[in-house]
Amino acid sequence: MQPHAEFVHWLFATGILLVGMCLLAEAVVGREVWQQRPWRRYLWPGIAFTMGVLLWPVMALYTNSAIHMYAHGAWAQVLMLAGGAELGLVRGRLHSRWWRLTWPLAFAVTGTAFLVHEQNAWWFARSAFLHHLLGWTFLLGALVPLALVWRPQSAVLRGMFALTIVAISVMLYTDRDVAPVFGHLSPLAGTPHR
Amino acid sequence: MHPTFATEVSDRRVRWLSPEAFISLLGPLTVAGGVIWAILQPWRLTLLHPLHQGFWWLVVEPPLLVVGAGIFFAFVVARPLLADLEASRAAAR
Repeated sequence: MQPHAEFVHWLFATGILLVGMCLLAEAVVGREVWQQRPWRRYLWPGIAFTMGVLLWPVMALYTNSAIHMYAHGAWAQVLMLAGGAELGLVRGRLHSRWWRLTWPLAFAVTGTAFLVHEQNAWWFARSAFLHHLLGWTFLLGALVPLALVWRPQSAVLRGMFALTIVAISVMLYTDRDVAPVFGHLSPLAGTPHR
Repeated sequence: MHPTFATEVSDRRVRWLSPEAFISLLGPLTVAGGVIWAILQPWRLTLLHPLHQGFWWLVVEPPLLVVGAGIFFAFVVARPLLADLEASRAAAR
């Protein structure tokens, strides 16, 4: 009854896509208009925090390797921290701009975990390729939320942040448990399915 | 060239797509992405051939997830956001 990993990745990709779309809309209309309705302030930080909470059952149920459990646990923690800090900021309970450092921290931890817990080379299979690609995207993408700490009103940086998130969701949607990547599939990876 | 006209031309070049148009298009474009995906990989839509499919294959159909995200954004986020954007523009005039 437990779903394949790819199903879980697609579900999380949907949540990440929604966060990316909200961030894109916020970057286009500006923070003042975006925050005019109270529920909208909490929308994307709330989705991010909820995804962090939902990563705990993923960590607990997908126990095929210890390093996967550590990676999922690390993602759960940093996503809850970043989402929670954002919720505190929009609520007005938190004031320091340094709380926004939780986003580059989340990106850096996530990217490192992706790269560390993938044991195979880029062209082993599609999932291995995506682990490397996602890892480097998160690590390099961490520079954008880092720059946003000092330039929070920059529409260009906010747009780049949103597009990075959307790109991550697209990568997760392309994930398959066993599938070739650009025609490459190691015979050790297993039999591909749809 | 008249300076006012020059500014208008410059603004038009910079804002080739207004915020209103962008917000209006974001949801439908996402839905279109999901529909195109479903056309390119129809085997991912198990609703079209539900017999002998496992539970998760029937519940999680990624093109439908993309379509759902687009519909959610268009109706829940974009509509009130466009109204607020219009109201803030009107207040600024």
